[in-house]
Amino acid sequence: MIELNDVTKRYPGGHEAVSHVSLKIDKGEMVFLTGHSGAGKSTLLKLIAAIERPTSGSVVVFGQNLGRMRRGALPYFRRNIGLIFQDHKLLYDRSVFDNVLLPLHIQGVTGQDAGKRVRAALDKVGLLKKERARPITLSGGEQQRLCIARAIVSRPQLVLADEPTANLDEAYAGEIMAMFQAFNQVGVTLVISTHDSNRARHYGARALTLAEGRLL
Amino acid sequence: MKAWLAHHAHSLRIALARLRHAPFATLFTVLVLGIAIALPAGLYLLLNNVKQAAAGIEPRAEVNVFLRLEVPETEARQLADSLRSWPEVAAARFIGRDEALQRLERLGLGEISAGLPANPLPHAIAVTARATDPATLEALAAKLRQQKGVGEISLDGEWARRLDALLGLGNQLVWLLAGLLGLALAAITGNTIRLQIYAQRDEIEVARLIGATDRFIRRPFLYFGGLQGLLGGLAAWGLISLLRHLLQGPVSQLAQAYGSRFALTGLSLAEAGIMLAAAGLLGLLGAWLAVSHTRRSLDIS
Ligand SMILES: Nc1ncnc2c1ncn2[C@@H]1O[C@H](COP(=O)(O)OP(=O)(O)OP(=O)(O)O)[C@@H](O)[C@H]1O
Ligand SMILES: [Mg+2]
Repeated sequence: MIELNDVTKRYPGGHEAVSHVSLKIDKGEMVFLTGHSGAGKSTLLKLIAAIERPTSGSVVVFGQNLGRMRRGALPYFRRNIGLIFQDHKLLYDRSVFDNVLLPLHIQGVTGQDAGKRVRAALDKVGLLKKERARPITLSGGEQQRLCIARAIVSRPQLVLADEPTANLDEAYAGEIMAMFQAFNQVGVTLVISTHDSNRARHYGARALTLAEGRLL
Repeated sequence: MKAWLAHHAHSLRIALARLRHAPFATLFTVLVLGIAIALPAGLYLLLNNVKQAAAGIEPRAEVNVFLRLEVPETEARQLADSLRSWPEVAAARFIGRDEALQRLERLGLGEISAGLPANPLPHAIAVTARATDPATLEALAAKLRQQKGVGEISLDGEWARRLDALLGLGNQLVWLLAGLLGLALAAITGNTIRLQIYAQRDEIEVARLIGATDRFIRRPFLYFGGLQGLLGGLAAWGLISLLRHLLQGPVSQLAQAYGSRFALTGLSLAEAGIMLAAAGLLGLLGAWLAVSHTRRSLDIS
């Protein structure tokens, strides 16, 4: 489902965030991406989501070579991916409900159908009671769960989660991981980045470890 | 199809919400747009009204022939009779000097002649031409001038021709003004949209990241521009109507003093429709320019 061949990403300024990485992730897998801060985890996820373009090498997702994708095809490609951002990227001037509604609106799903799906997603992350709240009034953990709800509401085949359990206590982190496992059981492919290399071991999942942009 | 309609309805709602979100800024912008539109539209109306007022007065095809003082009445009447047989003459009415004096007195100018020993006025013939175009009238006047006993000729159409030229100039001014202020309208709208795009760059970025197309992002801004232009057009309509209302009284008083029942006309429904459509389209154009100009700087991929 995801294939990177000798991918290097050099940011303007010369820093090589990802160096010569080759990897393959199959459909239905749950993979952890670990490494210290600055190792290149976020960059790698951005390359998979076509948010960043590789300096060299090729990124193939869903059988599409992202380097050859037309600009106009990009939005439709992204709709198959649930993105959970490290910095949340919530819209603070919209309600919790409207934040989760956004992906559906973008895909042209409106009305009662959309409302039902938004509530189902909020229910899954335990935020149904807060649908009218503004994201700013939510706790850090709640904001993180809101990101997850927004990422899964359009039922993507692939979820890319960038440190979804950072800043969370063990109980919450465990809850979220259990949620990801549930998605994985219904066939969703997941790539989850984390600082914590023990977490992968704990869930018995494959772990890819990055150090200074290189895959160990 | 349903999804497409829903998209548009959604964009319209967003645009309306944005207009409501900053009522003072919206009001101010709409007023500025309204004034910009009202200027050419108002000038257009002014010209229209002058044209109508002029049409109420003009018997354009009139040529007055004043005979020399020594020409006796019989000779004058003969001339009038012979003029009537000219192909270019529709009518020729003899006005005796006594009748002319009576007319003057009726107009309240009797005192002027009261002190005079004799009637100073000549016999005259009021000739109505068949054609009204200036060239034919000019030719007719020249021909009349050569007739025996003719003193002076007064061409009634002269002032009308000058007015015509003036109105033509005014018309060009209207279009020039409309063009310039239309440009201003598009620029003002474009600027508002640019600021808005800047204020909403987070939202735009997130929407792009989760699969929004350019069209999806652009549409609410386009609606906003069109709506704002339309509101500007409505404001202009309001301003013009108000002005007309305020001027109606004084103008009809003035008209009455001249024995006319002239009343100011406002914009017809069709004209108002054209004005609103043009305002909306210009707003849309401004928004489109702003959106395509800022798109690059907001591109994240
Ligand atoms: N937009 C950017 N421009 C320039 N350099 C960048 C940019 N984004 C990341 N980097 C650099 O690339 C390297 C890898 O960054 P990245 O965000 O991928 O690390 P990370 O593993 O996600 O770290 P963290 O665990 O702290 O989130 C870092 O040294 C960072 O400074
Ligand atoms: Mg990171």
